Amino acid sequence: MDVKLLTAEPTADERAAVDARLGPPSSAWDGGLDRTPRDLHLAYGGKSQRDRRHLLLPALQALQERIGWISEGGFGYVCERLSVPPADAWGVATFYMMLATTPRPKRVLHVCDDIACRIKGAKAACDGLRAHHSPPLAHGVVGGHGDARPGTHVTLNEFHGAWTTSPCLGLCDVAPAALYLEAGKAPVERSLGDVTSDAAMGLLGGGAEPADVLAPAPLGDPTKRVAPHDGTHIGSLGERRLLKRVGVADPTSLASYRAHGGYAALDRAFALGPEGVIKELNDAKLLGRGGAAFPIGRKWEAVRTQPERERYIICNADESEPGTFKDRVLLTGDPFAIVEALTIGAYAAGCSKGYVYIRGEYPLGAERIQGAINQARAAGLLGENVAGRGFAFDIEVRRGAGAYICGEETAIFESIEGKRGEPRNKPPFPVQHGLFDKPTIVNNVETLANVLPILVEGGAAAAKIGTAQSAGTRLFCVSGHVGRPGVYELPMGATLGELMTLAGGVAGTGTLQAILLGGAAGAFVRPDELSLKLTHEDTRAAGVTLGSGVVVAFDSSVDMKDVLLRIAQFFRDESCGQCVPCRVGTVRQQESLVRITTGKPLGGVSGELALLDEIGAAMKDGSICGLGQTAYAAIESAIKRLQLVRA
Amino acid sequence: MTMPHLKLVQLSRPTREPKRMIELTIDGRAVSVPEGSTILNACQALGIEVPTLCWLETLTPVNVCRVCVVEVEGARVLAPSCSREVEAGMKVKSRSERVDLTRKLVLEMLASSVDLSTSPGMAEMLAEYGAAPERFGECETVAQPVKVDNDLYVRDYAKCVLCYKCVEACGEDHQNTFAIAVAGRGFHAHISTEFAVDLPESACVYCGNCIAVCPTGALMSKREWELREAGQWDESKQTQTDTVCPFCGVGCTLTLHVQEGEIVKATSPLDNDITVGNLCVKGRFGWRHVQNGRTPSAS
Ligand SMILES: Cc1cc2nc3c(=O)[nH]c(=O)nc-3n(C[C@H](O)[C@H](O)[C@H](O)COP(=O)(O)O)c2cc1C
Ligand code: SF4
Ligand code: SF4
Ligand code: SF4
Ligand code: FES
Ligand code: FES
Repeated sequence: MDVKLLTAEPTADERAAVDARLGPPSSAWDGGLDRTPRDLHLAYGGKSQRDRRHLLLPALQALQERIGWISEGGFGYVCERLSVPPADAWGVATFYMMLATTPRPKRVLHVCDDIACRIKGAKAACDGLRAHHSPPLAHGVVGGHGDARPGTHVTLNEFHGAWTTSPCLGLCDVAPAALYLEAGKAPVERSLGDVTSDAAMGLLGGGAEPADVLAPAPLGDPTKRVAPHDGTHIGSLGERRLLKRVGVADPTSLASYRAHGGYAALDRAFALGPEGVIKELNDAKLLGRGGAAFPIGRKWEAVRTQPERERYIICNADESEPGTFKDRVLLTGDPFAIVEALTIGAYAAGCSKGYVYIRGEYPLGAERIQGAINQARAAGLLGENVAGRGFAFDIEVRRGAGAYICGEETAIFESIEGKRGEPRNKPPFPVQHGLFDKPTIVNNVETLANVLPILVEGGAAAAKIGTAQSAGTRLFCVSGHVGRPGVYELPMGATLGELMTLAGGVAGTGTLQAILLGGAAGAFVRPDELSLKLTHEDTRAAGVTLGSGVVVAFDSSVDMKDVLLRIAQFFRDESCGQCVPCRVGTVRQQESLVRITTGKPLGGVSGELALLDEIGAAMKDGSICGLGQTAYAAIESAIKRLQLVRA
Repeated sequence: MTMPHLKLVQLSRPTREPKRMIELTIDGRAVSVPEGSTILNACQALGIEVPTLCWLETLTPVNVCRVCVVEVEGARVLAPSCSREVEAGMKVKSRSERVDLTRKLVLEMLASSVDLSTSPGMAEMLAEYGAAPERFGECETVAQPVKVDNDLYVRDYAKCVLCYKCVEACGEDHQNTFAIAVAGRGFHAHISTEFAVDLPESACVYCGNCIAVCPTGALMSKREWELREAGQWDESKQTQTDTVCPFCGVGCTLTLHVQEGEIVKATSPLDNDITVGNLCVKGRFGWRHVQNGRTPSAS
């Protein structure tokens, strides 16, 4: 393969940013500035260079963070360094929403206008910005049939900063939320809460860089909050197993983690041996918390028994399901627990390398988990000889770049491999053909967090918590119109009403209109369903789902049709675009909802609803992955369970 | 792509070791096919017709269009027959209410967003499944101006169904040039060069192997496009003659499409052992000098 390169040259800054991530070029063959006599006689690169393809996304991110966008020169340099054909890399660069391929100012504010923020003032904040600052940056790609062309972007000198709307940032507890990004040599990334248009304009007009709403977490009073923000709460019904250390132990200190029971589970794992560990997990009946509720023991066992020796374990910290922020609390509040759990998984299933794939919108989480990995490595708890037990294991953090779909387990593989985050058709399953085509475990953050108490308590004891079919405790992310939005740990089997009470009851108008359970891929429940037990079996029987533990409460003032339209927008924005039912279906679904909500249904409301149902059926049955398969779920439930639209 | 590698395309060549045979039933009929076969292969063995759009025997299946879906007993969702490998004891329905509904909707979704006017067989497929794309009313499409940026072929992405075939042909599966890729995301996903540069500035070598696999006419030789624009393209007046490309010693089989004494297109048969349907710029476009004295040019 001959890589034809663009002619634009990188600037010194662009070179520096890429070299800082990839290391300096080895010769003129991969982008070095000086051609040595040796270079004229030897060809470098080839396979060894192409094997670094997996560094494509990190290299593009390095440009984005340093410059604020990816120019032709910088882009071409990355392609040259990694020997990736430019068209191929272009496909990757234009897939991720946090990467810009048209000029942008250094400061960009990503203002969440997703459901939980929208009902708490985000709409007003965005309207204010539109009226008094500028239109939002358009998402879109030069050359496509999308609505964005370079001409529609704001000119660079007009403002200090620009803004854009964003899907859920995983900060619903501090809604309305935003993510502040400032490109530069020392890039600034901050999570913001309680955003107003005035505050946003202050920042974009050159105001001082803001403090992160999540840091530093005050320690000592776990009943109150994890952050110096009155809106962020953690709580529990009964004993805390997953939130035990959050707000109590210092998340930046291995010593503090150990003082609060850290690494007891790894010792136990070594005593049990790999099969013993898996037996405990099976006894505990632990099901995955990432949405699909797959038994973790079976997954680990399937990888453990593969003939292939090269195996991987991945912690799925992409957490982008609207309304979900429980993993964020664990990542920022108890990061060593994730490192320990991954180490146990690696030991049990024989993996030598782990990844934490964390969404790009979680700067503090990424910092904390990287810090925990560094400390664990320095203490010999990661590396060539973990804890002196003679097994090698290390963990790398990979940051996402703005793509909900990259939380889908096979899309994670593609993303880590340096490709567009397009899910693979299953089978084959990840336990056989996963990352780099090798057997791979993917587990959600909360699932992994469960491994530690299970090993310490013993699987049988852990299974006694919760119900027979839904064992253990679960984290719920409560947001919207409640008194104390936050993350709550409940034994499964507690009711939705108990959870609402724990979270301070209905706020806003004080009258509940509906609850979104499980996320945008979940379903709506009615105010008369608060006695619903939060278990897999009870939610299934009621035709809803626990999903990722999302509970968004809507008071009587909320325009639910606006909420539905936002959900429809979310799915069309986040579809990877690979398969027809989802790529076009999510658009047709949105158009149909617009017609219904604007009073222009085709063939009357009943005709339009029948059409919508067929679109939904094709998406559910014909799509490649869970995104398309569930894109109609919440909308269908609003129509059929809430009777929001009547024929 | 991970890295380009040589792929032997198995067409009529015998396999070295006899493969294990897998037995399954399709529409209640038993069939036995070699291990590693797809459900589509098994359907073809039984003479059961399954519509396909993104599948081609010379390309790696990408299973994205979903018109080939079938019902596999016990599975939660439908399976793409073009890529799903057979398993012993599988029970497959090639047609059912669910299958037909999804196929109909997929065809309606495509026909309502893409110009399918030069897509062979599409009208028949739409009729077969009772697809009525006008049901969606006024809706978003991929309409856009045709890209005419070189003398050899045009790219009319208003006709593109995003089947990924051209990307595969240009990249790993055949050409290893990687001049084009899928860019953007969701409904705005599209085929593009880097920064949407014109073809002459891209890595394209004008082999036209992307044109050869495009199922919709979105990619079309300039001559065919001109004739169509002028209303003079008439396949009923065309003959196809196989010959051997005169340019080099490889000796690719060339099929010349001739309309009223003029060569209007050159292709190569998909089942040809040497070309697998591929040619280079000379074979694909180098015939013009035969009739008008101009030399082939790529710019
Ligand atoms: C569109 C989509 C997005 C997903 N996002 C996430 C995510 O952000 N985090 C997560 O843990 N699982 C997510 N999942 C589920 C994963 O595919 C996978 O089932 C899960 O990570 C497995 O871990 P578990 O068994 O521990 O739950 C997503 C699935 C789909 C279809
Ligand atoms: S269902 Fe949607 S997100 Fe999933 S592969 Fe298909 S287009 Fe992509
Ligand atoms: S003509 Fe050949 S090189 Fe050019 S885009 Fe098509 S397949 Fe690729
Ligand atoms: S241009 Fe043709 S071959 Fe390429 S994706 Fe579109 S329809 Fe398929
Ligand atoms: S952060 Fe805005 S909806 Fe979740
Ligand atoms: S032909 Fe099978 S999915 Fe397209």
